[in-house]
Amino acid sequence: MDILNNILAGQVPMELYLGVSLIMFFAGVYGFLSRRSMLMILISIELMLNAADLNFVTFNRYLFPGQLEGFYFALFTIAIAACETAVAIAIIINIYRNLSSVEVGNLDQMKE
Amino acid sequence: MQYTLLILVLPLLSFIVLGLVDSKWKPKVAGTIGTVVLGIITALSYLTAWEYFTTAKINGVYEKIIPMHMEWIRFTEFLHIDLGILLDPISVMMLVVITTVSFMVNIYSLSYMHGEKGFQRYYAFLSLFTFSMLGLVVATNIFQMYIFWELVGVSSFLLIGFYYTKPSAVAAAKKAFIVTRFADLFFLLGILVLSFYTKTFDFGILTAEHTTVFAGSAGATFLGFGVISWAMAGIFIGGAGKSAMFPLQIWLPDAMEGPTPVSALIHAATMVVAGVFLVARFFPVYYFQTPEVLHGVAYIGAFTALFAAVIACVQTDIKRVLAFSTISQIAFMMVALGVSGYEGHEGTGFMASMFHLFTHAMFKALLFLGAGSVIHAVHSNEIKDMGGLRKYMPITNWTFLIACLAIAGIPPFSGFFSKDEILSASYEFSPYIGGIMTFVAALTAFYMFRLYYSIFWGKDYTVKAAAHGHDDHGHGHTPHESPFAMAFPLVFLATVTCFAGFIPFGKLVSSTGADYIIHIDSTVAIMSVVIASISILVATLMYRKPSATPDKLEKTFKGLHTAASRRFYIDEVYLFITKKIIFNSVSRPLAWFDRHIIDATMDGFANTTQWVSVRIKGVQSGQVQQYAYVFLLGTLLIAALVFFI
Repeated sequence: MDILNNILAGQVPMELYLGVSLIMFFAGVYGFLSRRSMLMILISIELMLNAADLNFVTFNRYLFPGQLEGFYFALFTIAIAACETAVAIAIIINIYRNLSSVEVGNLDQMKE
Repeated sequence: MQYTLLILVLPLLSFIVLGLVDSKWKPKVAGTIGTVVLGIITALSYLTAWEYFTTAKINGVYEKIIPMHMEWIRFTEFLHIDLGILLDPISVMMLVVITTVSFMVNIYSLSYMHGEKGFQRYYAFLSLFTFSMLGLVVATNIFQMYIFWELVGVSSFLLIGFYYTKPSAVAAAKKAFIVTRFADLFFLLGILVLSFYTKTFDFGILTAEHTTVFAGSAGATFLGFGVISWAMAGIFIGGAGKSAMFPLQIWLPDAMEGPTPVSALIHAATMVVAGVFLVARFFPVYYFQTPEVLHGVAYIGAFTALFAAVIACVQTDIKRVLAFSTISQIAFMMVALGVSGYEGHEGTGFMASMFHLFTHAMFKALLFLGAGSVIHAVHSNEIKDMGGLRKYMPITNWTFLIACLAIAGIPPFSGFFSKDEILSASYEFSPYIGGIMTFVAALTAFYMFRLYYSIFWGKDYTVKAAAHGHDDHGHGHTPHESPFAMAFPLVFLATVTCFAGFIPFGKLVSSTGADYIIHIDSTVAIMSVVIASISILVATLMYRKPSATPDKLEKTFKGLHTAASRRFYIDEVYLFITKKIIFNSVSRPLAWFDRHIIDATMDGFANTTQWVSVRIKGVQSGQVQQYAYVFLLGTLLIAALVFFI
């Protein structure tokens, strides 16, 4: 009940943020391992990155109030994630042109 | 006398140029270049000899002159390998001998080798050989000598195997190389031991009369003999290999597979006397430090002389007869060195050895070139295909006769003077050795005239040509005299043979460098001439006209005859030792060990690695998600370990 009261009073405890982040991260991991489409895998990776961003922001807000490093790192991560997505989409498009498919299970030609 | 360097450089250049352009130039051009270069260095050698023997005398002794000298590799404070040119009486004499014979052979080959495939290569190799041999004789130190010694060996190998499509020539070349190389192993060991104890390679220091470098080895013995004795014996074995002394003589008869001019140059006049030259070069060391080894040289020489002369009496291939005669004559020189003393009259042997080296080089080259001329005419090496050739080849006949008289020791030809000195030196040393050498001299006269009569007299040639010549070679023509390029060297060498005996050799070359007056010991001289004449007479009776006597003798001494014509089974003994004993009991087990133990271990490593990699390669499936799954599990595992342990 305390937690609910706190929330209603505008005081959200840190564990809740971390819990959301945890759920997001493992949702991403599950997606990465189980989806067949490369686009879905890419989205799963974004989900994991966002979970990490959330952690940065949370820790900065609760543990080091008045400082900005965590926020900046979150911004960096977003920028890098954007770049990474651009590269990944380019790769996926090329794979699609060559194989007419984005199924990750088909991409095992380079194992030998 | 800086120009002596040219004597070495020119043939080397000639070899490099002729070897590089090979068949791009016409044979005639290559032959001309080779011959002209040889002509130039012959002239330079004569100039050197003239200048040396007219000016170099100081206090009545010929000084050593070193016109060029440089340090090549330095090992320690004392031990360094130098390159240089050393002129002393024997090296100057060798320069003259080598360049003269080589020049004659070059001229001769222009005609003899005409039209042969690889004519340019042949001239390149001749130049290489001349260069190496000249480098050998002018070496200032034993290591330089060793380098050129091996170069001489390799050029001999190349020239024996000149007809490399002929299996027998290839086998002979290999045999010559392996046998001499085996002997050179002992030479190298000798050099190393000697330089280890004396701390020097230099001839000037080693052979000085009152040298102190041997003091360091005093008392150092091995198996009852001093280390210096072992070293000098090893060096002698190296010389014995090149000079075909018993029991290392087996390669020389087979070396006759090479072209005949090559036999004349390398296997009669120059390379095979390198061993004699080596012993002569080290003579003061042998004489003062290790007299027992020097006596060993004499005994081995005497045995070899007898052994080879007996075999020469029954060989039927004219080049083989000459080869065994060469072995026998070189053994004469070895004996002379072995029995020699050092100073004054004692030094007869040394002087006689060098004198015989000089005269023998000329008349033996003449004999070989004459034999080449005969072979050129009748296209066969066998005595049975010859006979009665004097009518067709007058020049060859006369020059061959002169050489035969010279080698038999009939005055006034050169062989008489040198052989007589050797005999008298031998008698002074020991009557037994003297007796053996006289007997060998008699045998020499006999087999040379057996050869002479069999080639130029005996049965008539035309009869045999009709019966045998046509179908055998397709050369049914009557034999004819050789062209000018072949006849000129014959005449030149014959002239030298006629007059070389009157050179005041003792004044030029002697063991100490001081004057030595040759005085002919009349007892020995008369005896040897009489014995030689009797031998010649016997040979005349037996071989001048076809007669049954030789066959009868052959039947009477069947065992001896067979043994001698099979060269006393020395080759078989070698084959038995190498093939049966060494190959079976050492090489084969070692080869088995190598193949089944060492190679098998390495193969085992490779096979295991391959087996493992085949097994684990399924892990790499190419499925990214599988990798990620394993990665996740691993991370969780490590996290769990960190938390709970």
